[in-house]
Amino acid sequence: MANVTLRNVRKTYPGGFEAIKGVNVDVADGQFCVLVGPSGCGKSTLLRMVAGLETVTGGEIDIGGRVVNQVEPADRDIAMVFQNYALYPHMSVFNNMAYGLRNRGMKEAEVKTRVDEAARVLELTPMLERKPRQLSGGQRQRVAMGRAIVRQPKVFLFDEPLSNLDAKLRIAMRVEIRKLQRRLNTTSIYVTHDQLEAMTLADVLVVMNGGEVEQIGNPLAIYEKPATTFVASFIGAPPMNLMPTRADEIKSQLGSTEAGILGIRPEDFVITDQTPAGGIALPLTVEAIERVGAETFVYGARDQDEQRVAATPGELPPGEVIVRIPGSEAPPIGARIRVAALRQKLHLFSGDGRTRLEA
Amino acid sequence: MQKQAIFQSRLLPYALVAPQLAIVLIFFYWPALQAVVQSFLLQDAFGLSTTFVWFDNYIELFRDRAYFEAIVRTFLFSFAIALSSLSFALLLAVMADKPLRGSMLYRTLLIWPYAVAPPVVGVLWIFMLHPSLGVLARYLRAMGIDWNPLLDGDQAAALIILAAAWKQISYNFLFFLAGLQAIPRSVFEAAAIDGARPMRRFWTVTFPLLSPTIFFLLVVNIVYAFFDTFGIIDTMTRGGPGTSTVTLVYKVYSDGLLGGNLGSSAAQSVILMVMVIVLTGIQFRFVERKVTY
Repeated sequence: MANVTLRNVRKTYPGGFEAIKGVNVDVADGQFCVLVGPSGCGKSTLLRMVAGLETVTGGEIDIGGRVVNQVEPADRDIAMVFQNYALYPHMSVFNNMAYGLRNRGMKEAEVKTRVDEAARVLELTPMLERKPRQLSGGQRQRVAMGRAIVRQPKVFLFDEPLSNLDAKLRIAMRVEIRKLQRRLNTTSIYVTHDQLEAMTLADVLVVMNGGEVEQIGNPLAIYEKPATTFVASFIGAPPMNLMPTRADEIKSQLGSTEAGILGIRPEDFVITDQTPAGGIALPLTVEAIERVGAETFVYGARDQDEQRVAATPGELPPGEVIVRIPGSEAPPIGARIRVAALRQKLHLFSGDGRTRLEA
Repeated sequence: MQKQAIFQSRLLPYALVAPQLAIVLIFFYWPALQAVVQSFLLQDAFGLSTTFVWFDNYIELFRDRAYFEAIVRTFLFSFAIALSSLSFALLLAVMADKPLRGSMLYRTLLIWPYAVAPPVVGVLWIFMLHPSLGVLARYLRAMGIDWNPLLDGDQAAALIILAAAWKQISYNFLFFLAGLQAIPRSVFEAAAIDGARPMRRFWTVTFPLLSPTIFFLLVVNIVYAFFDTFGIIDTMTRGGPGTSTVTLVYKVYSDGLLGGNLGSSAAQSVILMVMVIVLTGIQFRFVERKVTY
């Protein structure tokens, strides 16, 4: 049981490259914190710093009220699940899980009790004598989880643990991890680049970009009120539509505003001829359709945007708008449609995309 | 799929492999056959008459105390050389595996000794440890050690083992480094988080994971110590003092070429041939079966 606090944590490599540029995160006891961001944003580095596998070049990492900057990984009372599982290939499943306990001089009877219990929970009991290479990907993943839980550590650290699994298994394991964490009530930090995984797992979501925290908060709150255009386009799939407010048809409807970028989520558009009061209506030419069964994505080009100005940063390609509509009924390609969004569904950002403006 | 190549002439394929076959036959099988034939013959001292003596050469060999001693000595040398060069190479590889600055440079430097020919290795160590010329020999004597490998058989043996092991370190180092780098870093990190201190991590994770490499190198090193140390022995001690550094291979040379006892020498080389076949067999079977941890 412990909270994890990162205070102005920095990581500068000897070459001068700043991987982490001062991060502040507070994970309360028993919470599930997810670090999400594109590759290279520093999320894995940050996790490895918490684990003690990377040195901290600035700030403090505090686990359960103890600053652990100089503490060996073994003495931080953490357990980590690696992306490639990092199982010991020469040891049986039982020994893989028992290794950490034996290293700490636990009595063999107690080791057996704990490993058997973990194996029961993770449904690994029939495989205890097998070697990792005789297991499937999902089973290896569970052994890696088992190795973490037998230790009963203060904190679980997960480094993209599901990215080597196929899509179906990933969803199943995602639910398993969440249930397990709820039951053990152990503080967890989880790194992923998959925004869906991040949204579904997190109590606290930390969106990172370029070694900095873009936004911290409840995942739904972040979804509803993204603080920057980066968060807006990273969280949610397909991403939020970002449009420059200087484009003629938008300027004419929004009136004068200090906002430089307008964001509208694909699902907040409705195909309609009416214009809601204070809202935005856009004429589009349908360019592509994606049907996924329960919903359909319509890719349209903004008409009057002759100069095709892009909202920077974020909008790609310029002038393209994604609309999500329920069902599989969709206008034909080449059709001219009109989509509208309500006033309260509009997100306004400053011109550089770094600040959210409340309308 | 058509896998067989089609030749117009039936002779052409034979003509194409003929040069290689000729080399193998003339330089490998012919001498080997000669040795087998020779091992059943007894020649007088001047090579004027030759008698067919069946297995007399072999029987005499196995009754000879000196031959038995050479066998024991060869095995002792082999294990000493293999053990010392393997353990030292492993130590170096574990240290060189760390991501430090200039790692490419010192890794390259560590590989160089492998390119040195065995006789040169012998000369090199003689210059360092020769009782009257050697640089290091002076320090040894200054430390109160009565260092004289020209007179002391045990010291001569130690010298041979040292030089032979030194030369083999590079080769072993290369394989160990490759073996270490094939182990995912995260396995070591997991072990560190699992509370294993560096020494324990080495013995419970690194060492077992390297065991296939270690076994492979053990066979290679024993073969090396058996056969490739001739140049070192010949330049450093010529089997002396007495017979204290005569190994099986050196005995073939000294009995046959220096002693003129061609029959016995041939019988010894036939026995060595059998040993090579056995060792190569073990090595092949192992290399084919790969990982065994």
